[in-house]
Amino acid sequence: MNDCEDRRLSAAALFTTAQTLLAEGCRFEMAYARFQQNDPEILYLVNRGRHLPFLLLRVSSAADLPSLAPIAPLLGWYEREMTELSGIGVAGHPEPYPLLIHEGFHLSAPPLAPGKDCPRWTGESLPPTMPEIEADQVQDLIWGPIRGDVLETGEFHFSYIGEAIIHYHARLAYKHRGLERRFQDMAPERGVYLAERVSGVGSVSHGLAYCQAVEAALGIEVPERARLLRVLLAELERLYNHFHYFALLAKTTTLKVGAAEGLLLEEEIKQINGRLTGSRFLRNVLAIGGLRRDLDVTGLSNALTKIGRDGINYLGRLSRTASYLDRLIGTGILSRDVASDQGATGPVARASGLDRDLRRDHPYAGYSQLRFEVPVRTLGDAQARAEVRAESLREALALIIQTAALIAPGPVLTTAAKSVSGEGLGWVETPRGSLYYAVHIEADRLTRVKIKSPSFSNWRVFPFTVHDSNMMDYAINEASFGLTIAGADR
Amino acid sequence: MPLWTWFGLKAGRVATSWPNSGPDGQDGVLGLPRLDPARCESSCQNCVTSCPTSALSSNALTGVGLDYGRCIACQLCVEACPAGALQSTCDWAFATRDREDLVRGATQALAKRGTESRADRSLRKSLHIRHIDAGSCNGCESELSALDSPFYNLHRLGIFFTPSPRFADLLLVTGPVTSPMRDPLLAAYAAMPEPRLVMATGTCAVSGAPVDGDYAGGHGLGGLVPVDIWLPGCPPNPAALIHALLVLLDRMPARVHGGRYGT
Repeated sequence: MNDCEDRRLSAAALFTTAQTLLAEGCRFEMAYARFQQNDPEILYLVNRGRHLPFLLLRVSSAADLPSLAPIAPLLGWYEREMTELSGIGVAGHPEPYPLLIHEGFHLSAPPLAPGKDCPRWTGESLPPTMPEIEADQVQDLIWGPIRGDVLETGEFHFSYIGEAIIHYHARLAYKHRGLERRFQDMAPERGVYLAERVSGVGSVSHGLAYCQAVEAALGIEVPERARLLRVLLAELERLYNHFHYFALLAKTTTLKVGAAEGLLLEEEIKQINGRLTGSRFLRNVLAIGGLRRDLDVTGLSNALTKIGRDGINYLGRLSRTASYLDRLIGTGILSRDVASDQGATGPVARASGLDRDLRRDHPYAGYSQLRFEVPVRTLGDAQARAEVRAESLREALALIIQTAALIAPGPVLTTAAKSVSGEGLGWVETPRGSLYYAVHIEADRLTRVKIKSPSFSNWRVFPFTVHDSNMMDYAINEASFGLTIAGADR
Repeated sequence: MPLWTWFGLKAGRVATSWPNSGPDGQDGVLGLPRLDPARCESSCQNCVTSCPTSALSSNALTGVGLDYGRCIACQLCVEACPAGALQSTCDWAFATRDREDLVRGATQALAKRGTESRADRSLRKSLHIRHIDAGSCNGCESELSALDSPFYNLHRLGIFFTPSPRFADLLLVTGPVTSPMRDPLLAAYAAMPEPRLVMATGTCAVSGAPVDGDYAGGHGLGGLVPVDIWLPGCPPNPAALIHALLVLLDRMPARVHGGRYGT
């Protein structure tokens, strides 16, 4: 695979190899299984650090596969997903409970394993697996799957006494649409529309990571102009997502005018998106090999001048509002160790002292030509997460103006592919963190597409900041993480 | 410490008065493509093969058929058509009362169906909505939350979101209805007081496309609950959502009849 050092090893050697890698300071990014005819291969993607190629561990037999979750907890969800969707079990998993296929639901065959037929999952929802708490006055609250307001579907279980939360469990996957399987057997150039619809507010990120993965697999060189235009699209997506984030944060801290202003700024960016590309979510522009059509970006910097000024004033006002800061400072503290072990990514990781950003560490699209700062904080509370988002919003504005000035006339699409088969890895630093697509292509057909979305990582981390916190802070803490559910559920 | 109220007042009124006057905010936003059968060279089939959701189909008798209820506005057919029979348009106000009105056959006569509203007259100036996400990509939710932004300011039209189905007149459903969401959706519908209204919001909720079938998809609301208004779009933009709500309340006319977009 591109940008990866491949290392084949046996299931027996996996555990000690993982221990050595962790001791060297490497971090696992994701794990997944694929099949060649009927033979499984389990792949583990390891990040070795800035500017170093990734490491791809390949285990070619599922027999006696050990769980790595005891030493690399962030892999826990990937292993459970592998068991449920690919039918590959691991020995010694510390949390052997259902993840995607809920308690009470049933799949007659693992959908990602060989065999064409996989009937629709059926069943009736049962309560999730929760720890038993034996104490007086403990109350249980089940919130969801339908919650108040216009929110995504998810089910949240709280065990609490008074205001104090003892245990919190988020049951997602109500929105699991089986997207990874939908890519299979598709021609690679056809999959872009589907990638754009994995997570609506991450349309560009998902489309771009998918395109980059296919381009790497098939040896397609993207023209310079298209690479810079892709940066523009990605940063516009970051802008409207970050404004939405602050609108929600203001809303949860009951700052009504602040919430309205954030939503208005988000709307203004979406209207710019619509005029630029015909889609408020910047869909239907990306293509394998570049862009489907050229974009006229001459007026973009001017259009952003007023919004940029309003946005920076808005962030400044938020940062001077005592009632807002009171609710954020010290709320939902995520330590550096938990962030690292459990797999936090994006602004959540950077707020807890993990200095990681794929745009800088493993540049893609046009980012190697651009100068930008990566904000980092160490306190790991809601305020640190908001500060990281605020700074990266300012950086996004500056990046758009910088990129627009660099764009020169030229073609925006190449279709010349070096091959019709291959493996490719694509990645994007989305507004929420790292997104990876791994694609396997044989004879111009996708045989496996793995999606690692940033919210899949951060939802795993989030409950660690909720246990032992209080109910009053919950909504603010959740808003400070800026999670989506669609991307995590797929 | 900033005086937020003062800043809010100073910013003044930013809400549009659309649909009465003022901008709808959708300059340049593409809607669902328009089909002109007269220009179609029916032998080529390029549009049918390019369509990822089988919204376009070929039919020996009627030429090319188009089901807007499966269209995700990806514009791929427009790029594939050599004769210009499919055109990108700004046709996004696609709300209809009948699912059949979204389906078009090339030789089909203009079908004017009954437009009898099920919405009670008492709801016309005050409607309360319970939103349910039955498996969407979050695109529809993003546009629904935009209705709350000062630009659209949905409240000015007397339309509100409510947390409980007990207080709701309208169940607004997004997503294809995945298997685990089927029962919660039906429970919410059952909890509503009569008369119950339902809106299928976005192409997923109308037909399930592009995530219908297979082990985890759904087929939208058809056959699950009676639907009063269908709104395809991927996602429908906030103005299209407002138009659909006003069509439901007989405050605006529907623009699509027999799969044709009129003015």
